[in-house]
Amino acid sequence: MLKKINFTVNGKTESMEIDVGETLLEILRERLHLTGVKKGCAVGECGACTVLIDGTPTNSCIYLAVWADGREIVTVEGIAKGGVLSKLQKAFIAEGAIQCGYCTPGFVVTGTAMVESGKHYSREEVKQELAGHLCRCTGYQNIIRAVMKALKQ
Amino acid sequence: MYLIEDYAEAKTVADAIDILASNPGWHIIAGGTDLLIKMHHGKLDKVQLLSLRRIETLRTVWKEENENISIGSLATFKDIANHPLIQQSIPVLVEAAMTMGGPQIRSMATIGGNICNGIPSADSAPVLFALNAILKLQSKEGERVVPIQEFYLSPGQVDLKPGELLTDILITPDNYQYFGGCYIKFTMRKAMDIATLGVAVICKLKGKDRFGQVRIGLGVAGPTPLRCILAEEYAMDKVINEITIAEIGKAAVQSAKARTSWRASKEYREHLIEELTQRALKIAITRAGGAECA
Repeated sequence: MLKKINFTVNGKTESMEIDVGETLLEILRERLHLTGVKKGCAVGECGACTVLIDGTPTNSCIYLAVWADGREIVTVEGIAKGGVLSKLQKAFIAEGAIQCGYCTPGFVVTGTAMVESGKHYSREEVKQELAGHLCRCTGYQNIIRAVMKALKQ
Repeated sequence: MYLIEDYAEAKTVADAIDILASNPGWHIIAGGTDLLIKMHHGKLDKVQLLSLRRIETLRTVWKEENENISIGSLATFKDIANHPLIQQSIPVLVEAAMTMGGPQIRSMATIGGNICNGIPSADSAPVLFALNAILKLQSKEGERVVPIQEFYLSPGQVDLKPGELLTDILITPDNYQYFGGCYIKFTMRKAMDIATLGVAVICKLKGKDRFGQVRIGLGVAGPTPLRCILAEEYAMDKVINEITIAEIGKAAVQSAKARTSWRASKEYREHLIEELTQRALKIAITRAGGAECA
């Protein structure tokens, strides 16, 4: 069953016909070629596919594309502005918060929502907010340090 | 890509009920954090889905004039955890909501879905059992009201008739006012894990040193979430001390129907019930205004 949806992705308006069984993850990767959005577990456990939907970090693997109609999506590709990395992305580099890199886009997307919220987070709260992301290289310490650093700036 | 044969989005409750009445075999989808995963694992095939996601009115949390707290079935775990009314009046529900999944799952998963899936490990269930939550269901035939204890029938089976929709979860004031509560979820990991055991205790005191009412809800302690009636009856009017608390823990085990699963053995679960009921009770006592017990 096909349906037409309209939504914005990284500030650009998109309009397309989709199958109602398609996930947002599939649309972003295969139609819009935003391959920074990673497919990890495909069941909402690893967070590699996280994107912002109306500002909220969301697992795009268990989000039907049809639900995105009328929504505003931001992927990791939309976080740097005019070729300049965000302070969070710079903090990831400075702290070496990347090993194989597969989980990084998800962590950056959730971390961006935290930085943009303007809220204060303790280290424990940072861990709680990042709990929906798995890093199988187990590089959590550097990731937490990078997010804490960006939050402080 | 999921195999979805047919799909409709309801805009209002009336709309959803109409669609359900003419398509009784359709599955209801809310947050999708359970249903889509079942589909991914091939447990459901070629489904027809009715999505409730656009029914904003089902997402509201509010206090009725009679002080009942009404939680829309489409309220997400994040909505519940962040709602000032629930934080103020039923903090134990916030505590339970925050143990579910991780942030991304909590912002999608709904309390109505958690209940209607009927799984024994539902994180909302022990607390809602202890709070004597009442479920409002709507269908073409009208409205039906069911206590949550009667709604759970067996693992994965709830008393939701074809064409029915869970619209609200009600907590009446005699079930939340002056109670202190605590929820303990026992898991191997701190996040993104399914409970080995869930214990919710709420209690009201008589003066400073006696139990008024104690209510104990357990998850994963039987085929459905359950209440520990023997322990609750024992606690009535007892002086609060180490001995009575230990007796309540022991009595809680008697109401449970724990079994061995790959997650834990029956014996281990029973040990957890006895121990965690006491720990949750001690915290609930202090939150109800009582003194700390060592």
